[in-house]
Amino acid sequence: MAAITTTPRQKAGWGVTNFVVIALALIPVLWMVSLSFKTPAAVLDPSFIPSQWTWGNYDQILSTSQFVRPLINSIGIGIIATLVAVVFASMAAYAIARLRFPGKSVLIGMALLIAMFPQIALVTPMFNIERSLGLFNTWPGLIIPYVAFGLPLGIYTLSAFFREIPWELEKAAKVDGATPFQAFVKVIAPLAAPGMVTTAILVFLACWNDFLFAISFTSTISSRTAPAAMEYFSGSSQFTVPTGPIAAAASFITIPIIVFVLFFQRRIVAGLTSGAVKG
Amino acid sequence: MSTSTQVAAGAEAAKQTTGRRKKAPLSEGARAERRLGFLLCAPAVIVMLAVAGYPLVYAIFLSFERYNLELPQDIKFVGFSNYAAVLSSPYWWQALKVTVIITVFSVSISLVLGMLLAMVMHRTIFGRGIVRTAALVPYGIVTVAAAYGWEYAWTPSQGYLSAAFNNSAPLTNEVQAIIVIIIAEIWKTTPFMGLLLLAGLSLVPDDLQRAAMVDGATGWQRFTKITLPLMKPAILVALLFRTLDSFRIFDNIFILTDGANNTGSVSILGYDNLFNALNLGIGSTISILIFICVAIIAFIFIRGFGTAAPGTNTGTR
Repeated sequence: MAAITTTPRQKAGWGVTNFVVIALALIPVLWMVSLSFKTPAAVLDPSFIPSQWTWGNYDQILSTSQFVRPLINSIGIGIIATLVAVVFASMAAYAIARLRFPGKSVLIGMALLIAMFPQIALVTPMFNIERSLGLFNTWPGLIIPYVAFGLPLGIYTLSAFFREIPWELEKAAKVDGATPFQAFVKVIAPLAAPGMVTTAILVFLACWNDFLFAISFTSTISSRTAPAAMEYFSGSSQFTVPTGPIAAAASFITIPIIVFVLFFQRRIVAGLTSGAVKG
Repeated sequence: MSTSTQVAAGAEAAKQTTGRRKKAPLSEGARAERRLGFLLCAPAVIVMLAVAGYPLVYAIFLSFERYNLELPQDIKFVGFSNYAAVLSSPYWWQALKVTVIITVFSVSISLVLGMLLAMVMHRTIFGRGIVRTAALVPYGIVTVAAAYGWEYAWTPSQGYLSAAFNNSAPLTNEVQAIIVIIIAEIWKTTPFMGLLLLAGLSLVPDDLQRAAMVDGATGWQRFTKITLPLMKPAILVALLFRTLDSFRIFDNIFILTDGANNTGSVSILGYDNLFNALNLGIGSTISILIFICVAIIAFIFIRGFGTAAPGTNTGTR
């Protein structure tokens, strides 16, 4: 298996293996994309490649606020929650990685607890709290829980990144008379930027992917996000299942993310594995 | 006020400060560092307490109350009777059974497949980039979007998978629907598993493998005697993450079956009790029970298997 020389047979073996892995990963996605291009009649035909192609499903979803508004909500809520979570998490991760203060292990334990938290356990109480505070069905009503669940992820990923930074530079800045805060902003923050970008990507993906909070804490398209909105699509008539439009919406919210993931894959892999493996 | 008391007060104060000094000799810099530490952590702590801590306490409180949103005037402390009601209900045990089955199968199969994927990504001679890129696709996809894809694929006379399996309708049958749910989970989570394991795999020194090969160890021996033991910490962390994640499965079931035909997980049950039965008391009780289950799983992993809790390695570098 770990042979140093490669025979043509091994090469062929790996070729087949690679092909199987790639096919397994991509076929379900290609199926969804293919569905999104099928006409309502072609949807009722199980062939993998559409017998009749159409852009109609995309036209339909993009011409109704039932999808466009949730898409805007998804983007806006995701970006705001990500920014807030990354800023707060960077501050905490810096403190964890660099400063001596009591209660550090309590903070780590708390973040760990939340990372493991079953979200459904929060939905019932949060639903009631949000109703009484007027946060139900608003952007902040989703942003706040997203920030809270983005924080543990951010704190782990960022403290792992922060440990790799050459901290002698900070000391040098302090010797030159910088306060700890100045040392953070002027010297360390620029070095930490790559880790922060990675963390932002992971947190944004988590927000974009969320479904449970999105269907629990919203009731109209004014704050419903795209994954939750698909539930409420209607067919071209009330007797048709909106398979095509749903497939189009699913492709529409997936393709940009896949492109994004592929573009940043190095960072994402580094971020996913940083917190989890002991070095 | 006499001078003696003032002196005594002063001495007391002096004693206090010296006492504190003795406990923790804090220089001006150390104190500033401490203050900065608290300040920097404050926003994160406040948000986490407000969104997870307080609601959890509130859920415990609600779980002891009769609280139905349809009968807002009939809110009353009822002790453990909600717990008695849930724990004696067949719905809870059915949901727990389904959740455990899905967790055990999806996590163990995705561990094996993830291990294979990690080996492929680690060892493949060519096309490593393409394989890794393709593997990230299921990770990046929105779970709900993928779930719709699976649903339509298994819909009779519409889906390619249903067509391939004799036009079957697996989502209308309990056992088959659970298998479909498990497949959807495995497809979505194996890449994550594979990437975590790949990181662990790259920590296994090649020299060790080569030495074992020189000593005549077979590929399987090298895998079980060298690779697996060295990867144990990475495997356990990946397993812990995946198990807890799988135990709270919601999205895939919600889209694929919505809990029909006894396929609902505990999360689906909690959701239904809140939004369909509008029962905050029972809903909170289910929430607390799920929380306890998750705590037990984490405890077993961390204490029983010696999984390193992520984050505890802080400062080792």
